[in-house]
Amino acid sequence: MTYLAVGLPPVAVPLFAGLLSSPVGVAHYLVVGAILFTAGVVCMALKRNALGVLMGIELVLNGANVNFVAFSSPSLRGEGAASLGLDGQVIALFVILLAAAEAAVALAITLNFYNNHATVDIDRAEDLKG
Amino acid sequence: MLLGLAWLTPLVSFVAILFFGPRMGHHGKNAAWVATAAIVTSLVLSLAAFGTWLAAHPVTAVAHGSHDSGASPADAGHSEATHDAHGADAGHDAHAGHADHHAVHVPAAYSGDWYTLYQGGELRLSIGWYIDALTVLMFVVVTFIATCIHIYASGYMHDELHDVTDHEVHLSGGGHLHRPGRFPRFFQALSLFCFSMLGIVIAGNLAMVFIFWELVGISSWFLIGFYFERKSASTAANKAFIVNRVGDFGMLIGLMALWGALGTLHFADSTVTAIDGSAATKPGLFSLVRPESSGYALQVPDGMVKFANAEEVGRIASEHAGRPGDGADEIASRIDGWRSQGLGRWLLFIAGVGIFCGCVGKSAQFPLFVWLPDAMEGPTPVSALVHSATMVAAGVYLVGRFYPVLTPDVLLVIAIVGGITLFIAATIALVANDIKRVLAYSTVSQLGYMMLALGVGGWSAGLFHLVTHAFFKSLLFLCSGSVIHACHTNDMRKMGGLARVMPWTAGTMLVGCLAIIGAGIPFVIGLSGYYSKDAILAQALSYSQANPAWSILFYAVAGGAFLTAFYMFRLWFMTFAGTPRDHHIAEHAHESPTVMVAPLAVLSVLAIVAGWTLPGGFGIANLIEQARPAGTEATTVGGFLFGSLTVPAEHLSHEGAVHITATLTAFVTAAAGVLLAAAMYLWRLISPTVVAYMFRPVYSFLAHRWYFDELYDAIFVQPAFAVASLASGTDRGVIDRLIDGIAWSARQLAVLDAWIDRNLVDGLVNATATATWNVGLELKKLQTGRLRQYVMFIVVGTVALFVLASMLFRAALAG
Repeated sequence: MTYLAVGLPPVAVPLFAGLLSSPVGVAHYLVVGAILFTAGVVCMALKRNALGVLMGIELVLNGANVNFVAFSSPSLRGEGAASLGLDGQVIALFVILLAAAEAAVALAITLNFYNNHATVDIDRAEDLKG
Repeated sequence: MLLGLAWLTPLVSFVAILFFGPRMGHHGKNAAWVATAAIVTSLVLSLAAFGTWLAAHPVTAVAHGSHDSGASPADAGHSEATHDAHGADAGHDAHAGHADHHAVHVPAAYSGDWYTLYQGGELRLSIGWYIDALTVLMFVVVTFIATCIHIYASGYMHDELHDVTDHEVHLSGGGHLHRPGRFPRFFQALSLFCFSMLGIVIAGNLAMVFIFWELVGISSWFLIGFYFERKSASTAANKAFIVNRVGDFGMLIGLMALWGALGTLHFADSTVTAIDGSAATKPGLFSLVRPESSGYALQVPDGMVKFANAEEVGRIASEHAGRPGDGADEIASRIDGWRSQGLGRWLLFIAGVGIFCGCVGKSAQFPLFVWLPDAMEGPTPVSALVHSATMVAAGVYLVGRFYPVLTPDVLLVIAIVGGITLFIAATIALVANDIKRVLAYSTVSQLGYMMLALGVGGWSAGLFHLVTHAFFKSLLFLCSGSVIHACHTNDMRKMGGLARVMPWTAGTMLVGCLAIIGAGIPFVIGLSGYYSKDAILAQALSYSQANPAWSILFYAVAGGAFLTAFYMFRLWFMTFAGTPRDHHIAEHAHESPTVMVAPLAVLSVLAIVAGWTLPGGFGIANLIEQARPAGTEATTVGGFLFGSLTVPAEHLSHEGAVHITATLTAFVTAAAGVLLAAAMYLWRLISPTVVAYMFRPVYSFLAHRWYFDELYDAIFVQPAFAVASLASGTDRGVIDRLIDGIAWSARQLAVLDAWIDRNLVDGLVNATATATWNVGLELKKLQTGRLRQYVMFIVVGTVALFVLASMLFRAALAG
């Protein structure tokens, strides 16, 4: 397991080792959510195309959604865990809704930007520079 | 009450003209009609009252002391408030049985109050009336002369109906003043004057007299200053007003002495209603000074005795404190003793002299006569009405009205002042060249006669002269106004020979001159002045026989008669007789319009007949005699200040020897004066210029009016200026400096403060602002506008937070 320990804090080594051998539980979902989140962030940070950035945002939001749903599901968290009911799903629905609204607004902004600047390169969008 | 209405009518006219004057016809022409209608109404009412009076109190030939006053309150309407003389009459009838020649005669008089101004306990000030034969007579005289003068003035003042160019006002631009006419204003002031004058005459107490006294003062001020753009006129108005204030100051002292010691200013007894509704009769001044119980003889009133001995009274009262009456009986029993010690007589003297001071100012007596000649700056009708016939007579009237309260000492003061005045004024009139000034000094001189007459005990002689003088002096003034109207100059040296062009004016003025010098055929008949002046001379002679120490008074009167005759005929000869001195003026002179001549004719008739006594005994002299104050008939002996003085009873002056001497003296002196004037100015036997040259010092002394104006200028005006310049110097040198210094220091402090403000406070604020600005500039650089960079910041920041948090939590967990 030592290869996994490279670059990780000492606590994380047994954590990851455990994941591969244990049955699927909350932790696995959290890992998936984290990967999605990280991918989204990287996408936001690296893409120059505004649409790409929007996609990154979607990834980030949905990574968070996975976490909510995972925490909310009793089956995933096993017996004995305190039940959260449907809270997670409800919040996830809210997030999806919010994402849809945000996408609509963001796409409108992008379209407008394109109309004005004939491009969707966000590096060219520096009108609000201080 | 007819007289009350007569009194108030001019007030209505005044108010009406005050508010609607400029809108009354063209340039307020109808204001004259309003004012004249009002005064005519007053005259009619006064005549009605006069008739009523005569019906109730028939005037009979007066055998002194024996005629019955016949007082019967005919008018039931005011019987309540009537000072009923019946009670007194009962006592008088008892005396009459003894055929006592000096029996006390109580005049018929009515008094009462219209309106109470102030009442505190028994003290009361009110607007009321005191009406006797004198009041009624004065009402007729005042309203009659005022009517004549209103009519005359509506002709005389016609210049004021359109715009006026005043040639006596030189503007700084070199031109003359051009102003709108002021016709309504003139009649407005005239109405106010009539109202005030009638107010004095009808007044039932001294406070009311004082109020109207000041009102005539202010209306006189308006009228003298009518041409107020002329500096001389406005100065004269101020001079008249200020000089009168000096006299009024004395009058206030007199009022305070009476009010403080006696607690009443009412002439007659009055009914005082207390707060609880109980009415009590409060004795007035007359009955306090001349109580019925002592046969109306003059005595110092109880109030004054107590006032003068206040400490003793207070001691007795405190000794008797708690006992019933607080020692009032004890005090009352001692008053007669105190009175015989002379306590309080000074107070009565001061009260009398104080009231007389007011009369000195108003009636232009020495030493306050200087204002009257200057007052001739007013329009001539004003001089005739206000400054010769009525207002200046108010002082004499008040002395006459107040006569019962005056002690022999006060009377002597009055006589001396009157004597000095008549002599000084007559001598100045000898050399004056301004026609109105001659008349003004003659007025002063005649007022001196009246005062002297009152002072030597000639109560009815003085007031008789007041009435006759009112007629002939207003006549003389109106004649002079007519002359001025024709010649446009006041200087007699430019006149002469006017009798040919102005026969009516010349004739009426001759009547006036004859009346004033008392012309007449001795012992047979004469003009009005003959009777009144003879009465004064006779009384003065009688007084100097009784008091040889003061016989100078008689010589003053006799000398004054000579001077009067001289200067009056000098005036007439210079103006009307001979040949014109200035042909330019003589050619343009013309007789005045009818509206001006008619009053002259009416007044000259009255100047002739006013002194006559009809066969039935009816005459002004007897009418005045009817109002003679109780107790002044008999010879009075008294006086503490100037030794023992005897004020002889007036009827003594009618006795043979005295009367004949006086009449002959009057005739001889007057004839001598006329002859001398004729010799100098008509026949030119003696050249006036040579005489003036021979007596140069005297002439210039007289021409400078005895240097009175210069004297007052040196004594009062210049010191006042000196004090004023000292005060202004102090103001400028000390107070202004101090204030300037304070202001300077305040300014320096402010400069310092401004520096602190600008450098320290502003510096701090600016430094804060600059720092904020700079921080902002620095922070601006972070705002790159690059989205991906922002994302990187967020990520890096979040990671950093997580790392930090995990490390911290670890530390916490470990701990």
